[in-house]
Amino acid sequence: MDLDYGPQYDVFREEVRQFLQTHGHRAPDGQGRAARPSPEAVEWQKLLILHGYTARTIPKEYGGYGAEPDILKSRIIAEEFSRAGIPAGLANQGISMLVPTLLELGTEAQKRQWIEPTLNGEIVWCQGYSEPGAGSDLAALKTSARVENGDFVINGQKIWTSTAKQADMIFCLVRTEPDAPKHGGISYLIFSMDTPGIEVRPLKTMTGHAEFNETFFTDLRVPLDQIVGQRGQGWYVANATLGHERGMLGDPDALENRLQALVRLMQKERIGQGCAMDNAVLRDRLVALQAEVAAMKFNGMRILSNSLRGDAGGMAKLVVKLQSCELAHQISALAIDAMGEMGILYHGSEREREDGAWQWNYMFQLGLIIGGGTAQIQKNIIAERGLEMPREPKFATPPAAEQATAVASGQNKGAA
Amino acid sequence: MDFGLSQDQEMLCDAISRTLADTCPLDHVRECAEGSVPFSDNVRSALGEIGIWGMMVPEQHDGLGMTMLDAAVVAEQLGYAVAPVPFIGAHVLAPLALAQGGSEELKAHWLPRIAKGEAQIAVAIAETVEIRDRAGVDFDGAKLDGTALFALDFLEADAFLVADTAGRMHFVAGDAAGLEKVALKTIDRTRSVGELRFSGVAGEALADDGGATVRRLRDAGRVLLAADSLGAGQAMIEKAVDYAGQREQFGRVIGSFQAVKHMCAEMAARHEPCRSLVWYAAHAFDATPDEASLVACHAKSHTGEVHRFVARTSTEVHGGMGFTDLLGLHFWFKRIGFDRQVLGGPEAVRAEAAALQGWTQVA
Repeated sequence: MDLDYGPQYDVFREEVRQFLQTHGHRAPDGQGRAARPSPEAVEWQKLLILHGYTARTIPKEYGGYGAEPDILKSRIIAEEFSRAGIPAGLANQGISMLVPTLLELGTEAQKRQWIEPTLNGEIVWCQGYSEPGAGSDLAALKTSARVENGDFVINGQKIWTSTAKQADMIFCLVRTEPDAPKHGGISYLIFSMDTPGIEVRPLKTMTGHAEFNETFFTDLRVPLDQIVGQRGQGWYVANATLGHERGMLGDPDALENRLQALVRLMQKERIGQGCAMDNAVLRDRLVALQAEVAAMKFNGMRILSNSLRGDAGGMAKLVVKLQSCELAHQISALAIDAMGEMGILYHGSEREREDGAWQWNYMFQLGLIIGGGTAQIQKNIIAERGLEMPREPKFATPPAAEQATAVASGQNKGAA
Repeated sequence: MDFGLSQDQEMLCDAISRTLADTCPLDHVRECAEGSVPFSDNVRSALGEIGIWGMMVPEQHDGLGMTMLDAAVVAEQLGYAVAPVPFIGAHVLAPLALAQGGSEELKAHWLPRIAKGEAQIAVAIAETVEIRDRAGVDFDGAKLDGTALFALDFLEADAFLVADTAGRMHFVAGDAAGLEKVALKTIDRTRSVGELRFSGVAGEALADDGGATVRRLRDAGRVLLAADSLGAGQAMIEKAVDYAGQREQFGRVIGSFQAVKHMCAEMAARHEPCRSLVWYAAHAFDATPDEASLVACHAKSHTGEVHRFVARTSTEVHGGMGFTDLLGLHFWFKRIGFDRQVLGGPEAVRAEAAALQGWTQVA
């Protein structure tokens, strides 16, 4: 057990701190980092890339910083930005999912065209994966793309397309080979959200806000070369990025920050002459959550250490999405309970606490438990890959019943 | 940067695991648990050959002077094998207490004997966590009076280390006049605890350090109970997965049913992060003493909760067989139950963690 990063990393940490002291004031506020980054946020992003504090390992010729991968340096950057309370590099779906996909499987022309403006925040992407009938069983997707006069002609519907309103582009899974087996008939297309035939309808959720959209395609024409990978290989192209999303959702620093916010709330929220923290039951729940957050933090350090050794991460990594999302939800639940009757205030009410953020979090985090691979799919993955338990047996079923079986077995990873 | 076990620790872990696999099968555990004293001479002597008994004894007293993380590695393996041997009290807390506050004579006499496995000192600090049944030992400057409950590694102990109500440790010989010893029977028959009744007993007070030694003992004990629970929990998860992969109902192995699969996944998902928490708490005991008490509390309370869930869920996965004595799964179930309660159940430990952070109004 050696938790020191070593002297060369202390030097690097000092550099990051210096940068934050010198340039921190140029960072955009929270609004600047909305789905569509503000001009200030784009400038900040470019400055971060220039110094290697984001897009660090993306090759220079594609607009990145071009450093060798160094997990500890990436970790130090994240730690120092988080400690300074200064927004780090953008982490939207284009950057975290499309860019790694193009780097791995895109053509040279695609890399040159799309990666740099995406990294800079000038091009915003949305993800067209899930459909009303294809959630956990994502490979059952039906949106069709038939070839006609040198174009794909696309018809169908996507759901859970967050940022579809603001996005310039979409990376999208469509069925190009209707006669192939379900995983083999899918292609991964990229196209403009300005293409005629796209309709985006906001999807209002239980939070009262429309954090997502439904996106409809009607006779949409997309040139044949706007495909990543080969026709029929889209399932495998998309799988190259799903791991990135799962990593994105489980951030141990984020949990610690939420817990600290909860501690402040419980110290500040008055009950009679005292505060919520004085209530032994609430306090007990708080310490229980604190212990769990600590466990996830050290689990993260273990995963980090494993990856330094070149280990895949094993069970420690498989459990992160399930545990972190649940824990975040429980932190918000305790905040609401600590507020007592005040906990119901919402919609900008008089006496509402922190702009209703805890209620919003409580509901939205339930969405995160379901999205990005539901908790039930996560448990299948933990059991089948981590514990090597037997898979659901395949029954010979008539085609009509096939889908129901596939949903029940949940053998496929899902994405929201 | 290396968060995890060193190569030496991996080797230690393998050596103990192999020794226990050879010397401590379930039949032997059962035999010991059904006897009047649970401790296994075979397992004791086999582990003695690896040097386990002196691992926490300082080198100048013929021990190995190892770290709490080393001890946690051992405790985990003992829990995994439900090994009926004295360890946490006699081989960790006792040498820690003597090394920290014992006179030179006490250290010179007892520490080498502990290291050789020739002496067993039981340790009683339960009342520094919570007073039950009005227990507590008063020290009037010369004599000890009162009761200490839950002395760890009790049966066959040659001597005792006991905390008084002011938080000072005392050494008491096993045959001291005025000392009455009463074994307490617990759910876990692979361990031994007991009650000490003092009527004007002359002991030897350890250094008066304002409760610092007792706090260290509590931290160490909690980390190692958590580590023991980690090992026992790991064993219960593996047993559940194995059983679910063999047992057939409705024409298929029950492990292919999602209802069963998800029970196993939930156990693994809650259990796995405990490992990092226990490792970190053990490391903090030596490396960052300022935070050691808090993370020891977290490790103890959290593993207590997680492994109660694991213990009942693994039993359920085994169905009716899990409930029988025949399968012996209950030895792990009870070991976990013991680890959860001793030195404070989760609620008591969390209350202490809150106080450590200034979250509790001082009445």
